[in-house]
Amino acid sequence: MDTETLVHVAFTVNGTPHELEVPARRLLSDALRHDLRLTGTHVGCEHGVCGACTVLVDGAPTRSCLVFAVSLEGAAITTVEGCGNPDGGMGPVQQAFQDCHALQCGFCTPGFITTIAAYLEENEDPTEAEAREAISGNLCRCTGYQNIVAAVQRAAELRAGRTGGPGANR
Amino acid sequence: MKPSPFIYHRPASTSEALEMLADLGDAGKVLAGGQSLVPLMSMRLAAPAHLVDINHLPELDTVEVTSTHVRVGAIARHSRVERDAAAYDAIPLLRQGLENVAHPTIRNRGTTVGSIVHADPAAEMPAVLALLDGVVELRSANDRREVAATDFFVGPMESATRPGELAVAATFHRPPDGSGSAFLELARRHGDYAMCGVGAVVGTDPDGSVTHARVALISVGDGPVLVDVTPAVTGNGGGFDRAALNDLIDHDIDPEDDIHATAEYRRHLAHVLTARTLEQARERAVTARRAGRAA
Ligand SMILES: Cc1cc2nc3c(=O)[nH]c(=O)nc-3n(C[C@H](O)[C@H](O)[C@H](O)COP(=O)(O)OP(=O)(O)OC[C@H]3O[C@@H](n4cnc5c(N)ncnc54)[C@H](O)[C@@H]3O)c2cc1C
Ligand code: FES
Ligand code: FES
Repeated sequence: MDTETLVHVAFTVNGTPHELEVPARRLLSDALRHDLRLTGTHVGCEHGVCGACTVLVDGAPTRSCLVFAVSLEGAAITTVEGCGNPDGGMGPVQQAFQDCHALQCGFCTPGFITTIAAYLEENEDPTEAEAREAISGNLCRCTGYQNIVAAVQRAAELRAGRTGGPGANR
Repeated sequence: MKPSPFIYHRPASTSEALEMLADLGDAGKVLAGGQSLVPLMSMRLAAPAHLVDINHLPELDTVEVTSTHVRVGAIARHSRVERDAAAYDAIPLLRQGLENVAHPTIRNRGTTVGSIVHADPAAEMPAVLALLDGVVELRSANDRREVAATDFFVGPMESATRPGELAVAATFHRPPDGSGSAFLELARRHGDYAMCGVGAVVGTDPDGSVTHARVALISVGDGPVLVDVTPAVTGNGGGFDRAALNDLIDHDIDPEDDIHATAEYRRHLAHVLTARTLEQARERAVTARRAGRAA
């Protein structure tokens, strides 16, 4: 096929409405990165295993490499670019990753940030075991996870307004 | 890799979806959660010419709980079924099975009916459907039929669903009072497909003695392997005879080698997990008897 039929789809990304004309086979991950130039969402395995591409669809963590953009008519999508504070600074999960040194190369980080942000909406004060379980669907090849587990709990502290030094309240 | 091109259809009602599927015949495929279909397409193991997207049909996003069954609609996500408190109260095995399906992120999009139609021999919910004498409701433009779990799973990745048909719901029957259930599995990493998994339903009499028991095993056959293990109940109904259990299991399973585990290791897991799952289910049945509810 030289010219693929384009399909119209409308959804919001980080609160901004977008209308796209894309081939039906366009994965959400590619629509975000190539069509909308939101390159914060990373693509690792492209078959659902690594979690790097995780975004929120109507608040629920979702593999953007496992959904077609055209299937998301009317959805509200949040990417890592939407996980900051309204004033433009870092959001609590992002700040916690810095505080706890929870990233090295950073490739996996966007998927962790979105997953953890949604998780803390449901469980505001996770135990260490719960924090581990919360990130069990995301792979990181650098950190060894310890600092990411710490960052989940640190982010919970930041969200609750307990803003002492890293781990101050643990 | 990327999926090959296809033509996308977004019906606005179930009847429109059925008309589209009838017109498309062999060329059409249903797109549910896409958590199996999209990776297969990206790896070019599947290249359907047309996809009919059922994600925008709220009438299929249902979980109905009655005194006798739980009926799950085609687009109800695994996560929704898992969290449904009434469904859990009626049939705890639903949540016990779902907790083992992939990671929460996959469960947010994947559907329970989709995983049943997909019929992966390593999938948990086909086993749960088989254990609960479940039924799949299939509709086409001018027909409607119900297929029992025992007839539904035809082979690995192959169900009784025909071209042009939409599985609109799956119905799970509530086990009798005094039953207990459990689901245990072993995977390389938590959330991966299991090397072996076992679901169990154990029935007891008012004294808490085991009267009958069944297990369904995954990843050791062409589909869920349902085994009636009642003959292995010990004389007083207080437990199970391990040797008799192993014989019953060995008679029906047919494990294979792959990169994750050898056939012999899977067989070993089938034995160990069957005994553990049955014991857990029995304990729950006894506890439920005391509390007067299902477990
Ligand atoms: C990383 C990863 C790990 C996973 N681990 C597990 C696991 O441990 N256990 C497990 O069970 N599953 C696992 N899955 C698969 C997941 O549960 C899928 O959601 C499920 O198998 C298919 O459901 P779906 O709604 O995504 O279906 P889709 O991917 O949309 O469809 C699958 C197939 O079924 C057909 N189909 C779907 N719904 C219907 C319908 N209503 N009527 C007719 N045909 C239909 C489609 O045409 C397609 O052929 C995993 C997936 C991933 C990506
Ligand atoms: S890129 Fe989507 S899960 Fe790996
Ligand atoms: S920081 Fe490198 S993969 Fe996680």
